[in-house]
Amino acid sequence: MAPLPTSIDDTLKLLSAGSYVADRSLATVVFLALRMGRPILLEGEAGVGKTEIAKVLSKVLGRTLIRLQCYEGLDVSSAVYEWNYAGQMMAIRLAEAEGAVDRARLEDDVFSEHYLVKRPLLQALAPDVAGPPVLLIDELDRTDEAFEAFLLEVLSDFQVTIPELGVIKAEHPPIVIVTSNRTREIHDALKRRCLYHWVGYPNAERELQILKAKAPRAPARLSREIVGFVQAIRSQDLFKAPGVAETLDWASALVELDAVALDPAIVSDTLGVLLKYQDDIQRMQGSRVKAILDEVKAGATAKA
Amino acid sequence: MDAPSPTANDGGKLAENIAYFARALREAGLPVGPGSVLDALAAVEAARVGTREDFYWTLHAVFVKKHEHSDVFAQAFRIFWRRKALIEKIISTMSPATPPSRNEKERKPDAGSLRAAQALLKQDKPPEPQEEQKEEFSARLTVSEREILQGKDFAQMTAEEIARAQRAIAALTLPDDRVLTRRMTPSVQGLRIDLRRSLRKSLRAGGAVIELARMERATRRPPVVALCDISGSMAEYTRLFLHFLHTLTDARRRVHTFLFGTRLTNVTRALKSRDPDEALALCSAQVQDWSGGTRIATCLHEFNREWSRRVLGQGAVVLLFTDGLERDGAADLAVEMDRLHRSCRRLVWLNPLLRYDGFEAKAQGIRAMLPHVDEFRPIHNLQSMETLVKALAAEGSVEADPRRWLRRVA
Repeated sequence: MAPLPTSIDDTLKLLSAGSYVADRSLATVVFLALRMGRPILLEGEAGVGKTEIAKVLSKVLGRTLIRLQCYEGLDVSSAVYEWNYAGQMMAIRLAEAEGAVDRARLEDDVFSEHYLVKRPLLQALAPDVAGPPVLLIDELDRTDEAFEAFLLEVLSDFQVTIPELGVIKAEHPPIVIVTSNRTREIHDALKRRCLYHWVGYPNAERELQILKAKAPRAPARLSREIVGFVQAIRSQDLFKAPGVAETLDWASALVELDAVALDPAIVSDTLGVLLKYQDDIQRMQGSRVKAILDEVKAGATAKA
Repeated sequence: MDAPSPTANDGGKLAENIAYFARALREAGLPVGPGSVLDALAAVEAARVGTREDFYWTLHAVFVKKHEHSDVFAQAFRIFWRRKALIEKIISTMSPATPPSRNEKERKPDAGSLRAAQALLKQDKPPEPQEEQKEEFSARLTVSEREILQGKDFAQMTAEEIARAQRAIAALTLPDDRVLTRRMTPSVQGLRIDLRRSLRKSLRAGGAVIELARMERATRRPPVVALCDISGSMAEYTRLFLHFLHTLTDARRRVHTFLFGTRLTNVTRALKSRDPDEALALCSAQVQDWSGGTRIATCLHEFNREWSRRVLGQGAVVLLFTDGLERDGAADLAVEMDRLHRSCRRLVWLNPLLRYDGFEAKAQGIRAMLPHVDEFRPIHNLQSMETLVKALAAEGSVEADPRRWLRRVA
């Protein structure tokens, strides 16, 4: 179990050790969250590395990663706990076969921890030899308000109430990371309990660092051009601008194609890796690609 | 017509006055039942009220159950429990000799006080008022008035009629449209077996018999997103439509409202404040382009880019409220409408221009938008608003089919 970072610089170092290139604001939030034991709420466009933070933290801190993927209709029985009904029925029948049935005792026996099936949230509250786990509640905006309201108890007191069993409280609170793509607004009550951070697109310098860390096989010149091009089309009027994940995908696609530099033909052929909406692809296709590419190359030579 | 005077030492009078006060609060919109009148009496007696402030907070503790009601209560209290001179003033405005005061508009009081004052005026009325006066002061609409208002175009209404229409809107039965969710809820006739409840029930009876409990899919109301044109050509309709949206926002949880003229403004939070007057005042404070021009395509583009993914999730219904008179860029408009249509579950276009019998979908903007909407409906009077409410609860109908209008011109 690695020790928790003691300063913001430490946190930055820790994250880059997990090959996550973070900016200082994000490192600050992560540091505060670890220090204060508060959940982090990360919002941002798809593919900017929100989920990745949880993965990296669990890796560099040597903690277990427990992931709860949210979806519409997510309920307590798949997020927190479920009873082992078959086992319970067996227990009831066995008690009957033995003869005397003490109702109070039977109820205690049947609704005991023995028959409890733990789901992610409950697992995250259980003690772990590697230290409190990292709990990733991914894409919270996909579930409904009812579940969000349920999370309030978990996120503020790190406890879960099971009617048949009582309150289960974590001895050491887990490191909680909540992400949202903002397909709807998260309620203020939940936001109030978290440290909030908006994860934006990285600037050119940081994106180049990310590319170096994550796609080391890409030649330096190609990397520079990729970053330049992606940065340029993000400022275009697109329905969905490409995220960092798309940049990395594109880089590895170009490496597979043995490209050493960008040219209009290869960009047009691989644009589908970068842009995921037909309108956007159509808008960028043809002369626009060439114009942007020329600009990027001119900028690169000017700098060099 | 005995004026209620706050003489706290006289037990009989006090009871009467509290009952009057409770009625006033009820008229002002607070949910005050007869039970709370008894509670209030008991509380005032128990608290041995000495000062006015104690009295205030004692009644407040009993009558106010929601934070939003505090302001209305404060105003009602101030007006009701004032010394005689002012009560007499209220009475004088009520007397048949002087016509009912028309100065409501000039002294624009802060939210809630107008309603509290109106409620008090109404309640302090002489015991046997003449019929006309009743009409003047009635907060609810009588049947005949209602009928006239029903068909009247919003644009032709006087200020008073608009006020009445607003009340009628507030009283509308709102759509009860529901979509299935993936969540389960207990049900007697459900198809699936709820094992957890079954086991608990069985254990309660000693575990001898396992009686199966059942469950079914839960339903919920889909979110509503309203895009509302506030350009000059729509001015007469926008205010009442906003009242409609406020009522809707009040009744269900997920209603998002955007106003657009030359730019897009999100007024969802403003409309969330409970008092309609306050909500609308907040809206207009936020918007910079009231009654200006329209750039529908630009605003829709902004909505699609910035907001559609944030508010159109989970099966939203979009109410697009505009006359569709776009001067430039019909091609862009079609593209944006297409994108909007594909991002939501149902797109309903509400167009007050449909009030004209001879309406034809000839304008360029209208022709560009029509192919991309699911329904095309009028929204110029109370009747059409009621039809809309019914339509939201039901599935699409023939008379709102946009293709009908396109065919007619073709």
